[in-house]
Amino acid sequence: MSPEKLTYMANQIAGFFRSKPHEEAVAGVADHISKFWEPRMRAQLFDMLDRAVDGLDPLVLEAAPKIRPVD
Amino acid sequence: MSLIKETDYGTPAATSENQVTLTIDGFEVSVPEGTSVMRAAMETGIKIPKLCATDMVDAFGSCRLCLVEIEGRRGTPSSCTTPVEDGMVVQTQTGRLKDIRRGVMELYISDHPLDCLTCAANGDCELQDMAGAVGLRDVRYGYDGDNHVKQRDGGGEVNARFMAKDESNPYFTYDPSKCIVCSRCVRACEEVQGTFALTIEGRGFGSRVSPGMHESFLESECVSCGACVQACPTATLQEKSVIEIGQPEHSLVTTCAYCGVGCSFKAEMRGQELVRMVPYKDGKANHGHSCVKGRFAYGYATHQDRILNPMIREKISDPWREVSWEEALGFAASKLRAIQYEHGKESIGVITSSRCTNEETYLVQKLARAVFLNNNTDTCARVCHSPTGYGLGQTFGTSAGTQDFDSVEQADVVLVIGANPTDGHPVFGSRLKKRLREGAKLIVIDPRRIDLVRTPHVSAAHHLALRPGTNVAMVTALAHVIVTEGLFDEEFIRTRCDWDEFQDYAEFVADPANSPESVETLTGVPAEEVRAAARLYARGGNAAIYYGLGVTEHSQGSTAVIGIANLAMLTGNIGRPGVGVNPLRGQNNVQGSCDMGSFPHELPGYRHVNNADVRDIFEQAWGVSISDEPGLRITNMLDAAVDGTFRGLYCQGEDILQSDPDTKHVSAGLAAMDCVIVHDLFLNETSHYAHVFLPGSTFLEKDGTFTNAERRINRVRKVMAPKNGYADWEVTQLLANAMGAGWTYTHPSQIMDEIAATTPSFANVSYALLEEKGSVQWPCNDSTPEGSPIMHVDGFVRGKGRFIRTDYIATDEKTGPRFPLLLTTGRILSQYNVGAQTRRTENVVWHDEDVLEIHPHDAENRGIKDGDWIKLASRSGETALRARITDRVSPGVVYTTFHHPATQANVITTDYSDWATNCPEYKVTAVQVSPSNGPTEWQEHYEQFAARARRIEAAE
Repeated sequence: MSPEKLTYMANQIAGFFRSKPHEEAVAGVADHISKFWEPRMRAQLFDMLDRAVDGLDPLVLEAAPKIRPVD
Repeated sequence: MSLIKETDYGTPAATSENQVTLTIDGFEVSVPEGTSVMRAAMETGIKIPKLCATDMVDAFGSCRLCLVEIEGRRGTPSSCTTPVEDGMVVQTQTGRLKDIRRGVMELYISDHPLDCLTCAANGDCELQDMAGAVGLRDVRYGYDGDNHVKQRDGGGEVNARFMAKDESNPYFTYDPSKCIVCSRCVRACEEVQGTFALTIEGRGFGSRVSPGMHESFLESECVSCGACVQACPTATLQEKSVIEIGQPEHSLVTTCAYCGVGCSFKAEMRGQELVRMVPYKDGKANHGHSCVKGRFAYGYATHQDRILNPMIREKISDPWREVSWEEALGFAASKLRAIQYEHGKESIGVITSSRCTNEETYLVQKLARAVFLNNNTDTCARVCHSPTGYGLGQTFGTSAGTQDFDSVEQADVVLVIGANPTDGHPVFGSRLKKRLREGAKLIVIDPRRIDLVRTPHVSAAHHLALRPGTNVAMVTALAHVIVTEGLFDEEFIRTRCDWDEFQDYAEFVADPANSPESVETLTGVPAEEVRAAARLYARGGNAAIYYGLGVTEHSQGSTAVIGIANLAMLTGNIGRPGVGVNPLRGQNNVQGSCDMGSFPHELPGYRHVNNADVRDIFEQAWGVSISDEPGLRITNMLDAAVDGTFRGLYCQGEDILQSDPDTKHVSAGLAAMDCVIVHDLFLNETSHYAHVFLPGSTFLEKDGTFTNAERRINRVRKVMAPKNGYADWEVTQLLANAMGAGWTYTHPSQIMDEIAATTPSFANVSYALLEEKGSVQWPCNDSTPEGSPIMHVDGFVRGKGRFIRTDYIATDEKTGPRFPLLLTTGRILSQYNVGAQTRRTENVVWHDEDVLEIHPHDAENRGIKDGDWIKLASRSGETALRARITDRVSPGVVYTTFHHPATQANVITTDYSDWATNCPEYKVTAVQVSPSNGPTEWQEHYEQFAARARRIEAAE
């Protein structure tokens, strides 16, 4: 998937959770991505985080350590 | 097997709890207060002669055949219009009654042709039956006088009273010469269907049934639901199939394979030939009513386009080659195994079909999980109701409509959001209109003026014609009014929901930014109208929400579903008849396909794959290890295909190329795969990219179950042998076994037993139970052995109902100078989904091409006249179709359907999708419309490509 599309999807999720109390929002983003994103998508996200690709929502960055790792 | 005939009690059942006891012909009988004498008699087994009465419509009292004598009363009252009274003594057969009835019948027959032997209704004619019942032996009047029967009188002069047969409707004929003017058709059209297309014109002897203003059936407002044909006691309104074939000799009850209403039908047969489909009165979803699709549009099952032999090809540029089942399955299995060997076990997947049975869907996801050993399974619910799954799951604890359809009869306020029931779910639409005619209030939230907004004897109290894409702002504004004006149900919230979450939510919605006044600039709906609608919903009595894809197919689809659930919880409209949250499901088994674990993150029964206890159940049952990682969703599969990591797909009964958004994205994904297996009735659009084609079977050719939008599990019964040789569940099993699975199912009932054994909400479901009860609504287990018509009665499935904030985030699909209009899509009554079935029936007389609805202002600005070819362009692509100028859509909004592949409406739609589920944003696309000369280059190119892709090599 193009990095732009993946970024867009992650940021959309952050958009929904942003209106919640901060801790809940961070946990919500991490939980949602862990539960619904296939490992290939998560791997790509982690790869983008490692490379510090621009454009990811701060909430996604904050949630990243809590997202289920890919074996 | 015999021909199933439901008892006609003559008048509808009364619902009173008070019993009344009377004596009929010496027999004592107790019936509910309000029952007619006719019905009371029928319940004891005494059949009073009748012609104008039938229990689908209210008593009318016009035929004067059902007269009785009642002790202490003068005259001979009609039994259909006389309610029972305590102690009444009724005689149904006396010398006086016999004489009157014979006289009445003599008059009827004196103006009716005597061609019984060659009449299509021969053997199924109530007039014939009544002539026999009253002992009519002689008709003294002859045809010399005034009559409607003869085209010319004895002297050869034209008989002005004669009317020729109307054969304009493709499915039935109207022969006025056989009409006895009992008004049953007129009343069925009014009371059952609610269209009011028929009337009685003229008066006295000149009275005639007239569609519209003395028009032909096809030109009139008639929607061809068939209620009039069913109600007609003679051959006046007669199915053309019966005229052609003759009377059926046996029938089986089955379930319609079109929309999510899931109507029960009798498939009336002569041998293996289907004579007609007649709605089944004991069907709990439809109670004997139907629409044009289920009733008449089954011709696709025997259409010449059906592919009956398996076919394969190495490359999609090759022509198809017909091969044996063994060769096709061997070819498919070895390709899939080779892909997995080379690219890993996650490199292939399946798409289950919402048109196939629960059993078939279950097997397809089992193929992915137990044979492919991954969770790469998805279903077309992805592109329709996946946000319902997420939204209702989060708030209530499970993804399902909360009510049965009967519940609408007790609703006082009905809120319809993003749904068009009279087109999309017509039989439910008729039931809803009936309730609205009885006085329930209607609120419609829809960018387009759907028929419900103003239809005979129904007028919406509020039509909030919002700008596409602003549902969440609107729903939150309604909640704002309810919270800030104190219209919420505090007791319900305190006892049934999480109070802290409510307070958090209340604080959020009460923000002035969410007030109707603030969001007016976004939605375009006057704030006062929103406030009035909110007050009505909150304080109008039992309030029920019905919603459709206009809610889900947005980038905030899941948020909107959550908002709807919040509204119901706020006002305490959950857990009893007449209220609730009701997603109107698109396809016949979309509920079932979701229940059966078609989603990549869920095992059957909506249980996440990361739940070890649940995996354990299936690992025990299947003897495999199940992946705890979510699989790919359809759009993710296509992306992964373009990336080269997903290379094989088994797609059962879904045409993703036509139905999924952004056609170019879909075709790029499909083209990148090494093995695409299409299992379908026809060479659909997706098959252009397929390497293996496995012919499918129709719903008439297999046993199984469908689950409708009210969670009702209905039986599908095989009425003919599969023309392709195998039912779809057998084909999936053959494919699984070609890959070494070793499955041994011999009947779908065994698959249902496996579902029941592994899925708590289906625990007590079995074919034996369905045989006994007709149908049952899940959850059906030891705590609710009879099934569950209403959910969340004593508490939410998740425990406490959960309020969740619903912040409005505008879609990034925005209008601008290049694309100034918003396109929204929908469907039409006569066609179904991508049209693969309905386009292959006579239904095309009502809709043979997709058209673009555009407001007169927008059309005038662009120099477009009604019927002109126009070019429709978006950021994704462009297509051409004809314009229809109408003020149903607001200025700035255009609308079309997606039933025809030639239009390719999804070339236009974008790949924006719901944040939670990736459900595509079909309902909002920024477009430009301009005059055009005809089809675009893309359309012409596609047509040539499709023709080439469909080539089948001549047999040697």
